[in-house]
Amino acid sequence: MGKHKKRILQLAFFAATYLAVAALIRAGTINDFSFAVIVTICINIILSSSLNMVTGFAGQFSLGHAGFMSIGAYVCALTILRRPTPLGFLLGMLGGALLAALVGLLVGLPTLRLRGDYLAIATLGMAEIIRVVFLNLEITNGAAGLSFIPQLVDWNWLFAATAGTLLLIANFLNSSPGRACIAIQEDEVAAEAVGVNTLRYKVTVFSLGAFFAGIGGALYAAYFYFIKPDLFGFSRSVDILVIVVVGGMGSLSGSVVASVLLMVVSTALQAYPALRMILYSLLLVAVMLFRPQGLMGSKEVADLVFTRFRRAEKTEKQGG
Amino acid sequence: MSILTIQNLSKSFGGITAVSDVNLALECGELVGLIGPNGAGKTTVFNLLTGVYTPTGGEIRLGDLALQGKKPHYICGKGVARTFQNIRLFKNMTVLNNVRTAMHQHAGYGTLSSLLHLGRYHSEEQDMETRAAELLDRLGLGDKADELAGNLSYGEQRHLEIARALATEPVLLLLDEPAAGMNPAETLRLTRLLHDIRQQFNLTMLLIEHDMSLVMNICERIYVLDYGCVIASGSPADIRRDSRVIKAYLGEEAGHV
Repeated sequence: MGKHKKRILQLAFFAATYLAVAALIRAGTINDFSFAVIVTICINIILSSSLNMVTGFAGQFSLGHAGFMSIGAYVCALTILRRPTPLGFLLGMLGGALLAALVGLLVGLPTLRLRGDYLAIATLGMAEIIRVVFLNLEITNGAAGLSFIPQLVDWNWLFAATAGTLLLIANFLNSSPGRACIAIQEDEVAAEAVGVNTLRYKVTVFSLGAFFAGIGGALYAAYFYFIKPDLFGFSRSVDILVIVVVGGMGSLSGSVVASVLLMVVSTALQAYPALRMILYSLLLVAVMLFRPQGLMGSKEVADLVFTRFRRAEKTEKQGG
Repeated sequence: MSILTIQNLSKSFGGITAVSDVNLALECGELVGLIGPNGAGKTTVFNLLTGVYTPTGGEIRLGDLALQGKKPHYICGKGVARTFQNIRLFKNMTVLNNVRTAMHQHAGYGTLSSLLHLGRYHSEEQDMETRAAELLDRLGLGDKADELAGNLSYGEQRHLEIARALATEPVLLLLDEPAAGMNPAETLRLTRLLHDIRQQFNLTMLLIEHDMSLVMNICERIYVLDYGCVIASGSPADIRRDSRVIKAYLGEEAGHV
């Protein structure tokens, strides 16, 4: 019973968000500038929730998420530069995501045998290799990058990609393979002992994460006109990780909340360019000091709502 | 027929031989105890059996299947399940999900249907949930299904470990000190429980335990390990009288008293 209610609540939330933003765009309240902010938020949601799946839920610390993002961005950009149609965009996005997943698979097989810091450094190295490859390929136009990419992303695309990513990740985590991944994070030895092929599931979740990072990259390329290798360096990987940690490792809604919150703060601080980075960093320090488990910890918004519900029901019963 | 045969099993860590030339055989349906003083190598034998360690030498056979050098998940898939001496539950998962995780090898759907929740996802999940609830009921944890495993009492956590091991549908169950830290009343309950599940699930069991009342009560045969070697084996009555065993437990002088 609770499960269905939760589902309905989630779907209602998605529908309300879609309609609200669509209405505001039509009314002209959301201008080009604020839409760009929304695009960034959505891309950050896609990137952070997929990294959260890998790092927060499955416990595989990755510093290479921007590398996978860049694969999606480049494949999509190169496709829509040749075919600037919605179909071209769809193919470019899926192609980029699949290529990112494939690279994730190939990179994951040897590196996911490593643990903790070693894995982090290996993934960091991988992202650098990807960046250098794009820097030196002729087709990607090297350091100058690709420009005049047709802008094909509108709110429909953006919403479909973001909501789709969140739903698929939530589905995965609430399934047998997903539980196996969470078990790896909880206790790898015990997971193996109950029959979880840990390497297989680590590679699965890693390449699934890469797939969604590729989607995020494709949206980026198809909205911001211009991409170059430096946009997808180490600092972007860290930015994504910051969102995951601030939102809460192991909470999808945490990643959503943090993506929105950090972007809003960062946009609001644009009025004070000199202090912007200092205040932003202070905010992060404060969050870590007062809520080291992240804003949501490992809870989901829906859980919180429903424990309230249940508690209220219980006290009512006891009272009656 | 022997379900498990261990021949000349050895394991050394650097210069230290933790297990040397151990021979052991379990018949189908037996409940056998593995005892010995602290540091005798009992848990190392379990770790070798379940693939956590690779043996330095020797053979492990489950029926006709060689298990030495195989990965733990493979060995689990062939029907060997275990519990851990220092409880290793998935603490931040619910009790139900601990058990469901252990069923994942038998979940009949792949990654794609797990993403889309299509295909056999719903029927398989329903089935797993029913079976997990049944298992929890049998182990007296039926009303705790939605609690986090880490919030259970110590005794309940031990029971959950057994439930989780049973969820993998084993033929051979290895229990590493299931009664450790339990009071006599809890131990008695555990003794009955082990007796019951053995019959219900048609299991062969190998049990490491320090609680002699438990071991002597329910084990049909006992192996005694000391310094990595089997120093005695036989019925509980034989073991109780064996002078080498008394020596190992109580020391040289006491053997003469």
